[in-house]
Amino acid sequence: MCAKKVTQKPGDVPTTGHVWDGIEELDNPMPRWWVWVFYATIVWGIGYSIAYPAWPLISGATPGLLGASTRADVVAEIKRFDDANASIKQALVDADITTVSANPDLMSFAQNAGAAVFRTNCTTCHGSGANGIEGKGYPSLLDDDWLWGGDIENIHATITHGIRNTTHPDARWSQMPAFGADQILERPQIAEVVEYVLQMSGQDHDATLAAAGEAVYLDNCAACHMEDGSGDITQGAPNLADAIWLYGGSRDAVTYSVVNARFGVMPGWNDKLTEDEIRAVALYVHSRGGGQ
Amino acid sequence: MAFLDKHKAIETHATLLMVLSLLVVSIGGLVQIVPLFYLENTIEKVEGVRPYTPLELTGRDIYIREGCYNCHSQMIRPMRDEVERYGHYSLAAESMYDHPFQWGSKRTGPDLARVGGRYSDEWHQDHFMNAKSVVPESLMPPYGFLFNREIDGKYIEDVVRTHAMVGVPYTSEMIENARADFMAQVDPDGDSSGLQSRYGAAAVPNGADVNVRNFDGQPQLTEADALIAYMQVLGTMVDFSTFTPDASR
Ligand code: HEC
Ligand code: HEC
Ligand code: HEC
Repeated sequence: MCAKKVTQKPGDVPTTGHVWDGIEELDNPMPRWWVWVFYATIVWGIGYSIAYPAWPLISGATPGLLGASTRADVVAEIKRFDDANASIKQALVDADITTVSANPDLMSFAQNAGAAVFRTNCTTCHGSGANGIEGKGYPSLLDDDWLWGGDIENIHATITHGIRNTTHPDARWSQMPAFGADQILERPQIAEVVEYVLQMSGQDHDATLAAAGEAVYLDNCAACHMEDGSGDITQGAPNLADAIWLYGGSRDAVTYSVVNARFGVMPGWNDKLTEDEIRAVALYVHSRGGGQ
Repeated sequence: MAFLDKHKAIETHATLLMVLSLLVVSIGGLVQIVPLFYLENTIEKVEGVRPYTPLELTGRDIYIREGCYNCHSQMIRPMRDEVERYGHYSLAAESMYDHPFQWGSKRTGPDLARVGGRYSDEWHQDHFMNAKSVVPESLMPPYGFLFNREIDGKYIEDVVRTHAMVGVPYTSEMIENARADFMAQVDPDGDSSGLQSRYGAAAVPNGADVNVRNFDGQPQLTEADALIAYMQVLGTMVDFSTFTPDASR
C-alpha cells in the first residue's frame, strides 16, 4: 500500500535502543514545524491565562490583565444604544401622552420602537398582526371595539398594569358571575338569555325564548353589559350587540360564557418593560386603526 | 538525552512505574476536582432565590422527561440582543438548586429562563394543549396528554429528600411536609399558610410568595398543573433591585 519506497537503511537513523526479536524502533525526529507550533501553543496558553480571567483562587478567579468581562461588555453595549436614543426616549416619557401624535418626530420613533416591543412581547397572545385570536379571549387590537377603553390613556394603563393578574395590584379587575356553575340562574333561564344575546347581536335565534330572555337580561346582565348590550369599559364588560367576540358568538360559546363565566388575564408590563417602551407600544397599538 | 534514558529504569520497575503513574494521574484529577471546592465563590450572592416547591420540582421533572430542553434553553447570555429580548442575563445563583441544570444548548423555541409571569395560566393551557391554537406559526408539539395524567405526589417526599442529599437546602420540615405542600399549591381555597411559611416571602429574604392557583384550570391535579407552576416561577425569584453585578465575571 505504501507507494513511497522505503529508502532508509539500518544505521541511517538513530534508534531508541528498543529491540524486540531483531526489530528495532527508529527514533525519527518530529517535523520541525510541528514542534514549533507545539511550543507556540504553550506560550499562547500561558499568555492567555495571564491576559484573561483564568485561575481559580480562594475568593475568585484571577481577573486577567486585560480586564475582560462579558458583563461589563453587555452593559457598555446596551448603554451605547441607550445613550444614542436617550434624549428622544426622555422626551417620550416627559411628553403628555395624549399629544404625542401631534409630534411627528416623537411619533415616528414611538411607532418603530413600539412595533419592536409588540413583536417581542405581545404577538404570542394578540397575534403577529395584532388581530387577536378569535374565540380564545385574546382581543384584536385593530378594531374599534374596546374592552377597557381605546383612548391612549386607557390603553397605556391597560398595558402598564395588565388585566386580572395577581402580580400587579393596580391591574384592571372585574369578574362576571358564573351564572350556571354557581346556580344563580336556572338552566331554562340561561337558555332564554342566551337567545336574547343572539338576538341582540343580530344572529339566528328563537324569538319566543329571546322574548322571555329580555327580563332575565335586564335583571342580571344589564348592570355590566348595559341595557342595549353595548358593554361598559369601566368594568371591561364586552359589547354583546356586535359581531366581535372574545370567546365566540355561537350558541354554544355564549352558553359556555354564561354558565361558567370568562376570566381573561393579561400580565402587567411595568416590571418587564421601561416606561418609554410601554408608551411606545401603547402609541403603536393606538395608531393601529382602532384607537379613539 | 540522559534524562530520557532513565525511562528504562522506570519501565522496568513495576512498583516505581505504578507510583509515578499514580502521581501523574492525580495531578490531572486535582486540576479537575479542586475548583469544585471553590464552587461557592463562583455563585454570587443574590436575594430571593429559594428551592423549588414540591409541585414546581415535579413540573421540572416533567420538563426533563418530555425533553423540552431539546428545543428550549434556560440561559440568557450576556449579550445585548438576548438581554433586550428576554430580560436580565441569567445568574449562576438562579440555577444553583437545579440538579441537573437546564441551561440547554439548542433553541428551536425561545429561551425560557424568564418565562415566569409573561403569560397567563390560560395561555399556557392553550399552548400546551395545542401551540398552534395561540401561535399559528408554532412548530412546538402538542402536550394535551399532560392534562389527563393525574398525579398525587405519592413519591414527592423521596424526590425532595433526594434533592436535599445532593445539596439543595431542603429542611427536614420541608421534606416531611412535601406532600401537603404539593397539594396546597393547587388549592387556592385551601390553607396554604404552611407552604408560604416554608417557601414564601416570610421564609426567603426579599423573596416573593409562592403562586397558589389552579394552574391547569381543571378540578383534578394533573401533570399540567405541575408543569405550568414550574413555568410560572422560572426567572422570577431574584430580586434585581438588591443586585449589584460583580463585573469581573
Ligand atoms: C398572556 C397573553 C397576553 C400577552 C402576552 C399580552 N396580552 Fe394584551 N390582552 C390579553 C388578554 C387575554 C386581553 C383581554 C383581557 C380581557 O378579557 O379583558 C388583553 C387585552 C389587551 C388590551 C385591551 C384591549 C381592549 O379591548 O381594551 C390591550 C391594549 C393589550 N392587551 C395590549 C397588549 C400589549 C401592548 C401587549 C405586549 C406588551 C400585550 N397586550 C400582551 C392577553 C395578553
Ligand atoms: C359583573 C359584571 C357582569 C355581569 C353581571 C355579567 N357579565 Fe358577562 N361579562 C363580564 C365581563 C367582565 C366579561 C369579559 C370577561 C373576559 O374578558 O374574560 C363578560 C363576558 C361575557 C360574554 C363573552 C363575550 C365575548 O365577547 O365572548 C358573554 C356572552 C356574556 N358576558 C354574557 C353575559 C350575560 C348573558 C349576563 C347575564 C346573565 C352577563 N354576561 C352578566 C361582566 C359581566
Ligand atoms: C420541537 C421543539 C419544541 C419542543 C420539544 C418544545 N417546544 Fe416549546 N416552543 C417551541 C417553539 C418553536 C416555540 C415558539 C412558538 C410558540 O410560542 O409556540 C415554543 C414556545 C414555548 C413557550 C413560549 C415561550 C415564549 O417566551 O414565547 C413555552 C413556555 C414553551 N415553549 C414550553 C415548552 C415546554 C414546557 C416544553 C416541553 C413540554 C416544550 N416547550 C417543548 C418549540 C418546542
